[in-house]
Parts: sequence; structure tokens; C-alpha cells
Amino acid sequence: MKYVDEFRDPKLIEKAAEEIRRLADPKRHYRIMEVCGGHTHSIYRFGLQDLLPENLELVHGPGCPVCVLPMGRVDDGLKLAQDPQITLTAFGDMMRVPGQMGTPLEMKAKGADIRMVYSPLDALKLAQKNPERQVVFFAIGFETTAPSTALTLKRARQMGIPNFSVFCNHVTIIPAMRAILDSPDMRLDGFVGPGHVSTVIGCRPYEFVAREYGRPVVVSGFEPLDLLQSLLMLLRQINQGQARVENQYERVVPWEGNPAALAALAEVFELRPYFEWRGLGFISQSALKLRPEYAPWDAEARFEVAGVRVTDPKAAQCGEVLKGVLKPPQCKLFGKECTPEKPVGALMVSSEGACAAYYNYVHCAELVSGD
Amino acid sequence: MTKSPVPIRFKDTQIELAHGSGGKASRRLVEGLIAPILGNPSLDDAALLSLGGASLALTADSFVVKPLRFPGGSIGELAVNGTVNDLAVSGARPIALLSTLILEAGLSAQVLQAELQAIGQAARRAGVQVVGGDTKVVEHGKADGLFISTSGIGLVDARVNLAASSVRPGDKVLLSGPIGDHGITILLARGELDLEASLKSDTRSVWPFVEALIETVAPGLRWMRDPTRGGVATALNELAREAQLALRLYEEHIPVRDEVRGACEILGLDPLHIANEGQFIAIVGPEYAEAALEAVRRVAGGQEARLIGEVVETPAGVVYTVSSYGSSRVVDMLVGDPLPRIC
Repeated sequence: MKYVDEFRDPKLIEKAAEEIRRLADPKRHYRIMEVCGGHTHSIYRFGLQDLLPENLELVHGPGCPVCVLPMGRVDDGLKLAQDPQITLTAFGDMMRVPGQMGTPLEMKAKGADIRMVYSPLDALKLAQKNPERQVVFFAIGFETTAPSTALTLKRARQMGIPNFSVFCNHVTIIPAMRAILDSPDMRLDGFVGPGHVSTVIGCRPYEFVAREYGRPVVVSGFEPLDLLQSLLMLLRQINQGQARVENQYERVVPWEGNPAALAALAEVFELRPYFEWRGLGFISQSALKLRPEYAPWDAEARFEVAGVRVTDPKAAQCGEVLKGVLKPPQCKLFGKECTPEKPVGALMVSSEGACAAYYNYVHCAELVSGD
Repeated sequence: MTKSPVPIRFKDTQIELAHGSGGKASRRLVEGLIAPILGNPSLDDAALLSLGGASLALTADSFVVKPLRFPGGSIGELAVNGTVNDLAVSGARPIALLSTLILEAGLSAQVLQAELQAIGQAARRAGVQVVGGDTKVVEHGKADGLFISTSGIGLVDARVNLAASSVRPGDKVLLSGPIGDHGITILLARGELDLEASLKSDTRSVWPFVEALIETVAPGLRWMRDPTRGGVATALNELAREAQLALRLYEEHIPVRDEVRGACEILGLDPLHIANEGQFIAIVGPEYAEAALEAVRRVAGGQEARLIGEVVETPAGVVYTVSSYGSSRVVDMLVGDPLPRIC
């Protein structure tokens, strides 16, 4: 399959892995964070850690949209769905994320009108087809998904569709990276920069990481060779004491990003003064809300949204895992109370969540390699 | 079959779609609630009965697929092949079917006629007779047009003895052809994804292949399963757990069409979790493996069969794949249900 097989070529993968093992200085320990949950998923799915030297540690970052959503926002969404006139629509990822009242799937089984959509435009279509219903789209995601929400809102406004609105939970990646860099328990040597987010925002926004914090960033693709090449590029910079932003994913990511998508974001959204992130707490200017001109399509303006803060289940250590302080199996609940089937925290739900990726692909790896 | 009572372990408070997905939740429902109450903890595709010296296989299956027609087949064809295949992988020659129709008021008579014809044709192709059944009509809105339940009876071939307990380390895993065609076809046929591919369901009777295996390698046949809901991963996980052995699969040997791979890449699905309706997995003794592969390949439609892995001792209860560059990953049962109903 084109664009896939050539990036999974066993000979090239072996060669790249060998080069990484050669470059990794045995006297030092490298800690590299992959910011994006898609990368975490790829690393586990392709078993890349099997190929890396022991002193190169990959730290999983916060780039998993459902994982960073605090439980209170899930509950806010579910409360909306209890209104008999509302049809709540969400991406499949959201359907098994537990709030205090249960997951959207459980609420749906009890009779709430909650539907899975593949795109916000599908939610808009649903509103057009069912003019007697209030269709609310539970919007989540970073700059990757925010432009499609923006385009949908622009269309809803142009077409004057009155029964559609967005419960906006879009967040932005840069403030989260800054929060991690400022965190005292974080000692990182470099970042594998997000691939999909960068198709929208480009590479320039990461320059502060190199300039202010002296850490290199390499924006990376998602195939095994992409990730190995990005790690190689990072190792070279780190070994030479450099800190630059590089773009490994040039075949998809333009340096300046996607101007049309950025313009749509700017037209529809503005920054919230602050927003709560699971595990990272409140981060200022880290999330988007609808501009006042879009208030008629803003679920938070149209319906009562309680905005309750809910603390995570005490025993779950999602926050520590999200910040990269703990590895998934170091959490007390991992694989016991918390499994992909009965997740306690969102990291066990999304395929991009570090815990689900770890559980699905490697939690028996030690046993396998002992075979 | 008197067994000591099994405690009810089903703790879920309500039935959700995941309980029907063929994965972990389904297993919990069957093992934790149905089997303890009804007293037969068997999870096999068909029940085996001895009657006057003959060994019979008895099975039932229901079909609630949406849409009713899809590229490569329809609900009527599935209803025959699904039940025929449950018998076949139990080592039984399918003999007769009962077919129960649950019709929704408002269903077009033309649609019903087409499905009855599909049932008739599929039964003829599979060499079984539809000897009876039942018809019920429910109110409009209470069923998706048409649900079909079929029961089947087959004659177990005396030469085979299939059981997870007879599987041994070193045995080989034979897969009859490319996986995921059915599940992805249904997903695309719903038209919700704006994806298109020239794919069709693989629905067919697998009895001709099984018959060829019985004729050539009967003593080497250990265990068979048709990997429907939950896919190859779920079927093999059930085997690994029951036999307390591990299954090692070689990723590059698992046949998957490019269209299925492409759709899975885009949607974030694993082909090993996708449903099939015309494939089967056989565990065969190592000395019989090549002969078994040849036997399946000689039957029309079996040319893409592959040996995809082997049984190993540890880690017990685990299925894992090895990539062409040497990394390994554990493949669990399907959890939840990312897909709408597909069979």
C-alpha cells in the first residue's frame, strides 16, 4: 500500500534502529517526550520500544484530546443530553469516557439521545433533518479537529440553522507544552512534535521551545520509519548540544501550516482566559471558545451548562501519567480496576491514550520476550 | 451432563450494544449469566449430541445486520452461511436448517421475497435443506426491517476430534483467506464514512474447505473456528485462554486486502478485530500443516489460504504478533464495539 509500506520497510527500520543505538551515548540517559497521542499509539502498535536502546526513554505527552478533558466537562455534556429536546452528538472516542453519571454509551443505553458522528458536518446534517430537535455537537480536540468545527459553525451561520450548536472543548497544544516545560518534575531532552496538529499550525509555534528552553523539537509522521528518523534527528541535535525546530514530516506538514484552516479558526474562535486540563490543572489561554458573533450556535450560551468541577477518582493517577511522571503500569489501578473495557480514567479509553495503548499492545510484552 | 452449579458472576446493570459485539462483554454475558443459569458452560459454536450411535452438531445463530443488502451478499445469505459455518467448524456436515423470520410491519414484500430467494440459493449452494421455521411480525419501529434466526443440524464426521484441549505447542495456525472483508464492507455500505472501496463481503459456506481437510488430514485437525464478530483476534484469544497456551502470529503472513488495510488505517481499526463471514481458522498438527494448506488451496476460493503462526507454550492465554522487523505486540480480544451491528 503506497505511503504506508515504504515507511514500514523492515530493512530500513532495522538500519535506522541500528543508527539510533550507535548514536545513543551509553554514558547518558535521554528523555524524549512524544507530545501527540497518535505517536504514543504508533510507538506501542509497532513495538518501536523493542528496537530502542535502554537509555533512550520515551515519555508520553498530553496530546490525547479525550484524555486531557476534565471529568466535569464530560458531566456537563451528559447533563445536556438529559434535556429531552437535545440530541447530543460526539466522536466515537468520547462514547466510552466515564463521567460521574457514567459514560455517554451507558446514558444512551438508558435512553438519552446520544449519537456517534464521524464529522461535525454530520451533526449539522442531523440538525437539518430533524428541525424539531436541538442538536449539540460535543467538540473535542486540538488544532487538528478544531478547523472542521470552525467550518461547520461557519456553514451553520451562513445557512441560518437555528437548532444546531457546539459544546466547545477545543484546546491548543502550545500552552500545554509550555506548562510541561515549566513543571519542576519534568526533565526532558527534546520533543517529538505533533504531526497532525502541525499540518494546521505549522512548525514556527514550537520555536519558543528551542529559544527559551534550549530543547530541540522534531515534527514527526506516524509510521515506524518516521518516528525512528525523528528520534535520530533529535539524538544528533542533543549530542551536538543544539536546539532547533526540524520538520521530519515535510511530505504533509508545511512550515507555515495551513493558512485557510488558521483563518477559519481565527474567524470563529477566541481564546478562553483559562481552561482546566486533566492532570495539568488550569492553563491560561489554552482553549478555544466561540466568538460572540457565534453565540446563537454556542451550547454554553444557549443552554444551562453547570460547569461543575469534579475531581478525578482518587486512586487513579491519570494526571501523573499524562504529565509523563508515571508510566501507565505504575498507576495503582492499571490493568486491575482500570481496563479498556471498564475504564476509570480517559487514558484507558482512547486508542491514543497512553494507558490503552500500553494495555492493548505491550502489557504482556515482558512475558512474550521471556518466551 | 450434571455439573456443580456455577455462580452468576454477571455484574453489569444493563445490556449494552457491547454485549452483542462478540468480544469481552459478550463473553462475560455468556459465561457469567447465561451459562450458569442454563447449566451448560460451553462456548463452542455448536453443541454436540449423541443420538442412537450418531454424533450430531446443533447450533443457532441470529442475524440483525444493517443494511439488509450489501456488496457480496445480504441478510438471507448470511443467515444460511453463518449457521452452516458454525456446523462446519465443529467438524459436522450441515444437513438441515430451521429459519425464523421476525418482520417489521411496513417491510416491503419485494424485499422479503428477495431475501427468501437469497436463503434458498445459499441453502442450495451449501447443500442443506431449509426444513421449517417460524414467522413473526412486530410493530413498525421495533425491528430494522427484518431479523433472521437460523438453527442448524449437522452430522459430525467420526474421523475428527476437535477440542481446545487437544491443541499442543508446535501446532500450526491455518487461515483460509484474507480477513476483514465482511466487516469493512458493511461499515462502508452504511454510507456514513464517505469512504469507498471495491470490496465485497466474503460470505460463503466453508464446508467444502473443511471437508477437504477432513479427507486429507483428519488425524491432524485439532480445533477450528469461524472468526465472525470480534474477528481472528477474539477467536484465537478464546482458544489461548481455554488451552492455556499462547499463539504467535507472523504479521506479514496474515492475508489482508489493501482495501481493508487502507480502511483500517484510516479508521484506526485492527483487521484482526474485524468480522468475517466466509473464513475459518484451523489448528493443525505440525506434520500435517503443509498438506492441510494444500488441501484448502485446491478447493475453489481457497487459493489465498496461509499458515499464519503457531502455538507456543508461553505466555499462556496470550495471542501476539511478531512484525517483520522483530518487534512484538499482544493482540487482545475486541473490547467494546467501535462498529455498528455487522451480522
